[in-house]
Amino acid sequence: MKHTINIALIGNPNVGKTSVFNMLTGLKQKVGNYPGITVEKKVGVFKVNNQLKANILDLPGSYSINATSKDEQVVLDLLFDQNNEHYPDVVLVVADVENIKRNLLLFTQIKDLGLPTILAVNMADRMGPKGISLDIQSLEAALDTKVVLLSVRENKGFEELKGAIASYKELSKEKIIDIKSIDTAHFEQFAAANPNKDVYQHWLVQDGSSSSEIKKIQHKETVKRYQIINEALNKSYAVNALEASDIRSKMDRVLTHWFFGYAIFFGIMLLIFQSVFDWSSIPMDFIDGLFASLIESLKETLPAGKLTDLITDGVIAGINGVVIFIPQIAILFLFISLLEESGYMSRVVFLMDRIMRPFGLNGKSIVPLISGTACAIPAIMSARNIENWKERLITILITPFTTCSARIPVYVIIISLVVPDKKVFGFIGLQGLTMTGLYILGFFMAIISAWILNKIIKSKQKSYFVVEMPTYRLPLLKNVFYTVVEKTKSFVFGAGKIILPLSVLLWFLGTHGPGDNFTNAEEIITSTYVDQQLSEEDLQDKVASFKLESSYMGLIGKSIEPVVRPLGYDWKIGIAVIASFSAREVFVGTLATIYSVGSHADEEDISLIKDRMMRETFPDGTKVFTLATGVSILLFYAFAMQCISTVAITRKETNSLKWTVIQAVGMTLFAYIVSFVAYQLLK
Amino acid sequence: MTLDLLQKNQVAMITGFNLNEIPLKFIEMGCFPGSSIELLQRAPFGGPLYFKINETHLSIRMDLAREISIEITKN
Repeated sequence: MKHTINIALIGNPNVGKTSVFNMLTGLKQKVGNYPGITVEKKVGVFKVNNQLKANILDLPGSYSINATSKDEQVVLDLLFDQNNEHYPDVVLVVADVENIKRNLLLFTQIKDLGLPTILAVNMADRMGPKGISLDIQSLEAALDTKVVLLSVRENKGFEELKGAIASYKELSKEKIIDIKSIDTAHFEQFAAANPNKDVYQHWLVQDGSSSSEIKKIQHKETVKRYQIINEALNKSYAVNALEASDIRSKMDRVLTHWFFGYAIFFGIMLLIFQSVFDWSSIPMDFIDGLFASLIESLKETLPAGKLTDLITDGVIAGINGVVIFIPQIAILFLFISLLEESGYMSRVVFLMDRIMRPFGLNGKSIVPLISGTACAIPAIMSARNIENWKERLITILITPFTTCSARIPVYVIIISLVVPDKKVFGFIGLQGLTMTGLYILGFFMAIISAWILNKIIKSKQKSYFVVEMPTYRLPLLKNVFYTVVEKTKSFVFGAGKIILPLSVLLWFLGTHGPGDNFTNAEEIITSTYVDQQLSEEDLQDKVASFKLESSYMGLIGKSIEPVVRPLGYDWKIGIAVIASFSAREVFVGTLATIYSVGSHADEEDISLIKDRMMRETFPDGTKVFTLATGVSILLFYAFAMQCISTVAITRKETNSLKWTVIQAVGMTLFAYIVSFVAYQLLK
Repeated sequence: MTLDLLQKNQVAMITGFNLNEIPLKFIEMGCFPGSSIELLQRAPFGGPLYFKINETHLSIRMDLAREISIEITKN
């Protein structure tokens, strides 16, 4: 019979923990994210041997179990909760062979919790180039545990690791240090006050002393642990500096240079945006063509009617509106994961700290702001390693202003409608320029709001900045690939899940209606226009639009029209804007559904939603999508908080309803005012 | 002298700091009195400083560097 155990994977940041995880589990992993599901849990399953299966939980990187950031708190919470479904049978601590001394601090703390602990020394392939030698047996004896050398790059050590996991019951649970030796008086007293409890474990969560007193003891504890680690490593670990080659310092001299550092950073940012908007057009055109032919063949095979229209012009067009952005999202995540994996992101943090500080931000805030161009949800989560509460809060609150990929579909279609396809100075496309402008606008708004929030929020907590500058590493393609696949998948399924039911709901509301106006639409219209010489075609159009206006959707739309009319929207755009509060990317799909319901069934070539939008008029015959309306829509989508998932993640990460409401209402109100002013000035 | 005055490529030893002003994370990274420290890079306009402390590479802000006393061991 197969037996299943829980493994917790723990380690400092930058030790290659995630590559070990990927290596063990392959794609058999599940990342819980988005609303409702616990965000921080990444769980995988793998076979240890024929008798044993393991659930492995990848915990966020942390330097010690004295939690100073939210990431570290997650680790602590798990290790102290024996009732947690993921509470480990065995802990796998990953260390990096180059930074083993610092990595061992966490190891000794975990081991002192009395948990069976295996030490995996990763990046063994770096030992040769760095002139490192490591005596495993002597280290095992000193640390009283099983030590395994791993190399993900060379796929070495994993069978041995599985062997060590299989015999986890034989691991020693002895502590490495006697906590009382750190401060005898303090711990004797603490033990007396808490009898029958494990002193170290209990002290970690329960010491009621003043924070400066606790810190003093933590300091002593850390120094003591380093003493023991030094002793252990003296006997087993040696670095021959002569053999070591140092590319790192050469790269750092350029990449953190006061001039070249910034120049290279902006160059990389330009490259990212260039590839997102230019190079992705080839796969995007391909996807668009694929969907166009799919819609066409469905129209031929399915019986003509409203339901076919819903499927082709509503649901499939809506899904196309999401799928088409896969290339852009994948490219964005590809670059972001390359920046992180290579160790370059820490250099950006170093370079940007001084620039971010006056706005109440931290150099670390640059990571969410860059990731926010892909999606605000992982971006907000990446603010977790900012230790200072105020800097972290401001970062979370402003991140949704950066132009996420869900805004791209809306921007693209509106820009192509209202901005002429002309070139300025002969070579800069006006449409591309508008797009760039919107990105800059989003970033600018983020910074301005940070500045305002910095003035408003009061905090006594001291801000500090201690950032590790990891070694440069060639990114592991497997890791990058997994990240891109996982993030893209959750974007598509997340959006698809909203678009599908929304299209069906809208379709239902648009094809059903109360009262005589809806059921007798044909007769009413025919008798109204009986005196006019209308062609059959025009008459059908009038009937269809009258029917739509009398449907439930029309009635809802009409009732919200007074609110959106000052922004230049008709009731149909109003519905699309309201629907977009679930997720911005449903805008195009929603309009597609509304228009397909509102047209008479045998009408041709409405498959191009853009053409349909171009022809859309107000009752008085004026065009709906004018420059004024277009600009107003663009600004509204740039500023409004239209994403339920982001609201949920803000709530979760700030743990504050107040700030969640301030963010959502503040952004949306601001969007309304700006769009109103823009429309009234331009119309 | 204090750490913020260290020049590029000079090597020094940490001689002490006021524990109340130093985040625990700095200590956990293996930086305490006796550690050897070298300045690798300065970000412009009083931005963070990039040090090599023992074998650890990390960057800290000026205000933190001012709290750490050092003694130059190699010019």
